[in-house]
Parts: sequence; structure tokens; C-alpha cells
Amino acid sequence: MKEIILTPKELPDVGLIAETITPDLFAGKSIGKIASLLIFAGNQRKKLGDFFEVAGKSADDASDTRIVIKGDITKVKMVGKGTKAGEIVIEGSAGMYVGEEMRGGKITVLGNVDSFAGQTMRGGELVIKGNAGDYLGAAYRGDWRGMRGGVILVEGNAGAETGLFMVGGKIKIKGNCGTFAGVHMKKGLIIIEGQTPERAGAEMTGGSIVVMGDTDILPTFAPVNEEKNPEIDGEKLKGTFQTYSGDHAERGAKGMLYKFV
Amino acid sequence: MASLIIKNGTVYDPANNVNGEKMDIYIKDGKIVEKAARGAKKIDCNGKIIMPGGVEIHSHIAGGKVNSGRLLRPEDHKKLVMPKTKLTRSGSGFSTPSTFMTGYLYSKLGYTTAMTPAMPPLMARHTHEELNDIPMLDKGSYPLTDGNWFIMRYLKDGDIEKAAAYAAWLLRSTKGFALKITNPGGTEAWGWGKNCKSLDDPVPYFDITPREIIKGLAEVNEMLGLPHSIHLQANNLGRLGNYETTIDTIKVPSGTKNKDRQTLHLTHVQFHSYGGDSWKNFESEAETVAKAVNKTDNAIIDTGNVTLDNTTTMTADGPMEYYLQSLTHFKWMNRDVELETAPGITPFIYSPKMSTAAIQWAIGLELGLLIKDPWKVLMTTDHPNGGPFTRYPRIISWLMSRPARDEMLEKVNAAAGKRSSLASIDREYDFNDIATVTRAGQARSLGLSETKGHLGIGAHGDVAVYDIDPDNMDPSKDFKGIEKAFSAAAYTIKGGEVLVRDGEIVKVTYGNTYWTNPHVDKSLEKEVLSDIEYNFKRYYSVNLANYPVQDKYVKNPIELKIDAQKVGA
Repeated sequence: MKEIILTPKELPDVGLIAETITPDLFAGKSIGKIASLLIFAGNQRKKLGDFFEVAGKSADDASDTRIVIKGDITKVKMVGKGTKAGEIVIEGSAGMYVGEEMRGGKITVLGNVDSFAGQTMRGGELVIKGNAGDYLGAAYRGDWRGMRGGVILVEGNAGAETGLFMVGGKIKIKGNCGTFAGVHMKKGLIIIEGQTPERAGAEMTGGSIVVMGDTDILPTFAPVNEEKNPEIDGEKLKGTFQTYSGDHAERGAKGMLYKFV
Repeated sequence: MASLIIKNGTVYDPANNVNGEKMDIYIKDGKIVEKAARGAKKIDCNGKIIMPGGVEIHSHIAGGKVNSGRLLRPEDHKKLVMPKTKLTRSGSGFSTPSTFMTGYLYSKLGYTTAMTPAMPPLMARHTHEELNDIPMLDKGSYPLTDGNWFIMRYLKDGDIEKAAAYAAWLLRSTKGFALKITNPGGTEAWGWGKNCKSLDDPVPYFDITPREIIKGLAEVNEMLGLPHSIHLQANNLGRLGNYETTIDTIKVPSGTKNKDRQTLHLTHVQFHSYGGDSWKNFESEAETVAKAVNKTDNAIIDTGNVTLDNTTTMTADGPMEYYLQSLTHFKWMNRDVELETAPGITPFIYSPKMSTAAIQWAIGLELGLLIKDPWKVLMTTDHPNGGPFTRYPRIISWLMSRPARDEMLEKVNAAAGKRSSLASIDREYDFNDIATVTRAGQARSLGLSETKGHLGIGAHGDVAVYDIDPDNMDPSKDFKGIEKAFSAAAYTIKGGEVLVRDGEIVKVTYGNTYWTNPHVDKSLEKEVLSDIEYNFKRYYSVNLANYPVQDKYVKNPIELKIDAQKVGA
């Protein structure tokens, strides 16, 4: 695998939109060409090289290309948008919309990410070593079809409305999760290893949510039974879980909520 | 004003019986003239076809509904984004494009005029604000009169002259162009949780039937002598077995006559040509409807083609939108506009894999192909209800090419072939037919055929040039080339000014807004005005003085003054 290394220079206060930072666009390009890719700073058209030192070499094929970003890019949005193959490693924290519409490949963020990470993701892997903001793996504003496939792993905590309108894929959160996890969910799996305060699975009509820590379950969920070491979507869980079906505020709801007991 | 010579093109101008002749067109001071002006700029159109500028008769491009649709669907705006250029402003939206973008997109297709139907009178000010923002086009809007309390009361009392005087006041107050009727009676019944399901289903409380409303308004329209006929969306839109209502509706205004044009414009008939009694045996009744249209001599239709897209439906027919969302469970919104109407909005995905959508797609084309006279069937998508207007080039390719339709029939749900007659139709439109169903027919139906939809002397210098060489291109075989050529006009010329060159905007202008101002007898007008005052005090949430759209409010207005003094005299 060949590596391209991006080192942030001094970044402006206004947010950058860098949807061009993806192995698909870097593959087969020279350093000079990569440095001249388009980046928006507010409404100004700029070049990638204006904000990042570009070094290394890209492979001809996106799947053999790894992009390493050395440092914090909390004001840079949409890194890795629509990535189909290859790898991005961000050695710091990232801004909003990391891995938006991702279809394949892998994005690893060693720090935290802002809101809307993995929005309407369809495939691939998004690993966040720190915390995630709100709307992790959610739908675009107004859309009723959110994350469709792929895996998001958060080693820290996640914010509110994680997996909004989820219709496939997996989200695993090792820490705690904000309110309304899996709201409007139709399919897929969310595992919260920590606690989530309340309203997990509100208006869900399908899919599964697992909560290992404390949570208040909505009154529109009905207890079903106790399950030992259940297997959901290929994930083997250890322990005894109380299962609930819901959200019965919706017609014909078939969602399942697993609470560790 | 610019002078132009458009040289060597192959001209299709059906209104003047010019069918594919090589000739030059001269424009001076924004109008088409007989002789070239001195120093006129020359445009060589050798190997290209020339048509009058496109005229849109029914497209929801401005107003409360359109804007609510934009608010309801942020995800639609992510699908199509146009960045700002040195000339044009930025915009977004696939099925509900923003105002500026609407103008640019139409102009790129070679259109120079567009009318927005279904303006709730109370939302007229908003509609004009949006129309003022739409560049590149001449515009107009049709105020809604279907569930209007005044109209229903006057017609019920048999007071047709007062109804006419009220309609005249309404057109003046809203700066409207024509009278639009949507689901007559049904939108008011919706306020009572009901609907009008046949022409003789009375409106609660008002006790008037849709038949009486249509007949009455058709008479009102001809009494006032408006340029366009009544513009009617029949009852039961989108309902199974609604073709019977449609055929009944076509016959209703048969008593009214006009020597220049139809007396009934029935809109987006694709949505009104459904057979079957469950979604499982849903089928096309386009043949039956087409026969009825072929027979009548005072009604014409527009198609309302379905283009198999993810789009936004919006109509003033509230109960229909409620029904639609009960099928899809998508988000929706609904509004009761006081004494006037009740529109609704919901997204809809016409998936080619769905049997219903595939049949709907077939019905739209069947209507176009089975109605023999192209002057009687105009091409629309009821934008954005059947699909966005940006799909017109694709519909043109389907109409012009049987292989294009066959290719689609193989791709879409097999029901389209089995439960419609599309697979058995050989007819293919020629360029003259296309020019008729996209501009000339529209202009005649609107009553604007003196200046629009043709290239004769005195017409507006609105010209569309497409990069098609009719001698070396077979539209039937090269349907992809047809779609491409109609998607990006080689030139769009409006008022003698080149606005689009090779599919790119080169100049931004703002067109005129047409509105009609019929004057009825003064004493009758006074009488009706006192009625209006009384009802405004009693029922409206706004003061009468704040209701009419001021003259100043309309950018570049063209007022069509109509002498209707004989009404009430």
C-alpha cells in the first residue's frame, strides 16, 4: 500500500469543505495534481496545497492508496466523502461529515469527530478512536433513508440521534450514547456498550438496538422475554438480555431492543 | 434592442404551416420582422433545427406550495446543486429547484415562457415575489377558484353575472392570468373531512356539485372573454377507475363555445386515466380517454407524463395528497387556505420496478400517441408531480422513437406492457408534432398565439435552436442524440437576445409577467364589492385593503385589458 501524507498548515477560522480528500481522487495522481485539487474555504475556491503539505506517493488503484493526515483538522468538513476503496487515517480530530456517503474502504480517526460522521453510509468501515458528535450514521436532513450498510465503530462516546433513519449496517459504541439512539430506525444494528439516557429506538419499525448500560425504556416498548447469549446480525453477545419489541407507537413495528440484565 | 438574422436553419413552425423548411428568420426590436435590419448580427444555424421558444402551460414553479415543497424536502436539494458563476446565481433542487435555477434550467431547454398553475389567491403576493425572481422567462399564474366560497355561493344562486364580476375582481387582485379549478368542490369538502367523488357529489353546506361549478366557471370564463379557457384538474386525481369521471368532465362545458380556442383545458390527464378497482388490477384507460378527446371539439388536454423519478407531488387537491401519503407513509403537509382552497404536498418515488409507476409512465405516452391531433394534447409533466420539467428531452425522445419506448418497456415492470396499449403503438412524432406539443399548442391554448409559439411576422423574437441535423439524423434510431440535443439548446433567443449558447447561459434577463384585467359593468362591480367587503370582515383573517397585489408589486407586468362591460349591463 502506498501512502500520501497530508500535513495541515495553518488552517483558517472559516471551515474548509474538503470532499476531494479521498483515495478515489488521489489514486494515480502526482503530488502536484493532488495539491491542486479543489477545496472550498467558505465560498472561495482554493487548492488542497494551500492548506496542506502533500508528500508521499499514490498508487494507481484507490484500494492501494492510504491517506494519512498528520494533525487536527476539526474545521475541515466532508473528508472521505463517498470513499469507495482505500484508506484514510486522521491522526487527530476531524470535522463534520467525515465519511459521508462512504461506500467502501476504511477511515480511521484517532481523535474525535464532529456531528454527521458516516451520514447515509452505504459500506466500508469508519473507526473513531475518540468521541463522535450528534447524528452519527444518520440520514441527511429530511431524508427518510439513512445509513444503509457498513460498520461504524466508536471507542469513546456518541451524541444524540445516532443512527437516525438507519436502514442497514452496524454502529458499535464502546462508551455512552446520547438520547434518541436509533430513532426512526428500520433495519440494522446499534450496540451501545455504555449507557444511553432515554428514548432509544423511538419510532423504530425494525432493526435492533442493544444497550449494555443503564437506560429508560420508552413506555411504547413491550417486554418479550429474556435471552441468553443472543446472536444478532452475526454479532455474538455475552450475557442475559431482556428483550423488548417496539416502537408500538408505529403501525406494525418490528424493532427489537436488548437490555443487559 | 438587438437585431438578429438567424440563417440557414431548418424551421418547424406549425402555427404557420412551416414544416422543416430552410429559411432565414429576422428579428428587429425584439419582434420577428420581414426584412433583415441594417447591422443585424448573424447567427449561422446550418445543420440545426429552429423552433419558436418553448411555452410551458402547466408547471408548478412558484408559490406557496412550491416553497413549502422546498422546505419539506431538504434531501431533494442535495441531489442537484448549481454553483454560482460570473453570470448566474447559485441554486439547488432536483424536483423543486430554487427560483433563479428554475429560470436557467428552462432557458437551457429552449423555453421562453412558463405559466404556474394553482395559485391560492391569498398566496398571490408570495407567488409574484417568486415569479419576480425567476429570470429568463415570461410568466403568469392561474388563481384557484375551485373551493372559493364566493364562486360557490353565486353559482348556487344562479347569479352567473356576479360570479363573473367576482372572477374579474379576483384576477385583478391577484394579478392572475387564467382561472384554475382543482378538484372542483372537493377541496372545500376536504375542510369537512370529505371529498367530491363524482361530478354530482354535492359540497357539504354549499350544496353545489362539481358539475355545476365547472359548467358555471366555463360560462364565466367565456362571458369575460379571457385569453385562456378554464384550466381544470378534474376530480378523483390518482384514484382507481377515475377515467369515467374524466370522460364525464370533458362533456360538461360542451355548451360553451369559443371560435379561437378550446373552452376547457383539462390538465395532467395521465393522472386521470386509471382503470381497475384495486392496485392489483390497476390498468390504463388511456385509449378510452383518448377516444373521448378525439371526439370533442372544445376540450384539449395536457399529458402530465410520469418520468420515473424521485419527485415531489404538490397540488391544491388536499384530499388527494392525504390519500397518497396514506399509501406511502412518507412525510406530507396540508393547508387550509381560508375561504379559497386546501393544497397538500408529499414526496413520491416513481420506481420503474413498481407496476403502478410503470403503468403511469405508459399512460402518459399513450395519451400523447393515441390522441390524433397534436394540437389537442400538450406535453407536460405537471412539474414536479409526474417528474421535473428537466426531463422533457427524455419524453420527447420517447414520443419520437418506438425503439426508445421498447427499450424502456424492457427495463420497467412488465405490467407497463401488459396493462396498457403502449407496446402496440407504432406512431412516432416528427419535429413538427414536437413543436406543436411543446410550444405552438400551448400558445394557442393560452390565447397568446398572436405573439407566442410561432415565428410569423409580429411574433416575439423568442426562438429555440437545437443542434439536430434533420437530414442526417433519424430520431427513431438516434433517440439518445435527440434527448441530448433537446437538453441543451444550441441557442435560446428571447426578444432577439441570445440567452443561451451551446447549452450555457450567456445572458440573464427578466421577462414579463402576464395578467388579465377584465372590466365588467361598474354598478355590478360595486354590488359584488360590497359582498366581498362583508365577507372579508366576517370570515377572512386579512383586511380587504391588504389583499390585492399592488400594481407595483409585479416586475415587468403586461396587463391584458379586456372589455367585458356587457357583463351586468
